Amino acid sequence: MSLNARNLSCERNGRVVFEDLNFTIETGECAEVRGNNGAGKSSLLRLLAGLVPAAGGEVVFNGETDFAQQLHLIAHQDAVKSAMTVAENLEFWCAVLGGRTIDKALAAFQLDNLKYEPAQLLSAGQRRRLALSRLFLCHRPLWLLDEPMTALDVDSQDVLRQHITSHLFNKGLLLIATHGEFGIVPQHTLTLGGA
Amino acid sequence: MTIFLAILKRDLVLSMRQGGGAGAALAFILSVLVLIPLALGPDQILLQRLAPGIMWLALLLAVMLTAEKIFQQDYEDGTVDALVGSPLPLELVTLAKALAHWLSVGLPLAVLAPLFGIFLNIETSIIPLLMLAMVLGSLALSLLAAVGGAVTAGLRRGGLLVSLLILPLYVPVLVFGISTTLATTGPEGSGSALLVLTAIVLVCLVVQPWACAAALRAYLK
Repeated sequence: MSLNARNLSCERNGRVVFEDLNFTIETGECAEVRGNNGAGKSSLLRLLAGLVPAAGGEVVFNGETDFAQQLHLIAHQDAVKSAMTVAENLEFWCAVLGGRTIDKALAAFQLDNLKYEPAQLLSAGQRRRLALSRLFLCHRPLWLLDEPMTALDVDSQDVLRQHITSHLFNKGLLLIATHGEFGIVPQHTLTLGGA
Repeated sequence: MTIFLAILKRDLVLSMRQGGGAGAALAFILSVLVLIPLALGPDQILLQRLAPGIMWLALLLAVMLTAEKIFQQDYEDGTVDALVGSPLPLELVTLAKALAHWLSVGLPLAVLAPLFGIFLNIETSIIPLLMLAMVLGSLALSLLAAVGGAVTAGLRRGGLLVSLLILPLYVPVLVFGISTTLATTGPEGSGSALLVLTAIVLVCLVVQPWACAAALRAYLK
């Protein structure tokens, strides 16, 4: 399994965000996406997730160009409904993503004891953990994480690092957009914008 | 099908808990029906003649009132993004949402509104026919509202635009909805008007998923 991008370009509202981006990420590898604000880190992840069409070039994952169902994208917006409980939120995504049970996802970020709490009572970090729990509703090889450490406390950051490590160990692939250090040495670094 | 039902269920739960949906629309209809007799005066024959028309208008405006919200929240909180990664095509996702809107807003209003017709001294004999026409019509209204909602999902103040966009599309529903209970058309006229109304519903069912999905995809860019 590998993710290949060839001459990838992205435009938003007629403005070129980045162009001629080439990279290959093999199974078990982690790539870090770096760049200043507005350099196109989120756009790259959205493009890979199939939400934004490429202005040029192509991305191939595992020999396919349409791989939206083989990846998890956890972006800034957490897709959490405040009016529903933690368990209801996860059950909805479990059904939608084609998973079987929410137990693993609840356990992954220690949300068990918050199971019946309405999501509107969660703190920013807890909402983030709930969003990240979607990674464990069903297995998908490619993870696209956009600033996943935002709002997480130190313990949760450790937990996320452990999950990332075991995902990579289990032949997963990871693209992570980040500003700071996230504690895992990436095999690739993609620098966007004016580098 | 599981995914379709999951979306339907979630939207129904959300509409119950968040308010602003069926409750607000029902309050709107009630206030129209209570205020109209006060505004027009106590002419019972006039009220009786106007009753079906006023009720259709109230239903139509009440559904329109809620159209803006159908996709807005999902778009803003990133749910639409995540739904793209679901095995269910976006078209069917939007159909599930439109049906949830009908079940939570359109259908309850269509069933309850004719009963409120007593405020307008409505002829009780036409209530069942009116209810049938409104149930059918409200499905078309909800489907069209979903299209309007999807087109304005990413706009902060889409309310005005939604109204302008879907108002012309509501005209046929209104015209044929009214025709079913017009005294002048008689039973045969009612039958054909109901058939046309059904045809409108079917066309909306076919067009809505594609229109909504295309609109949402355009926003994702």
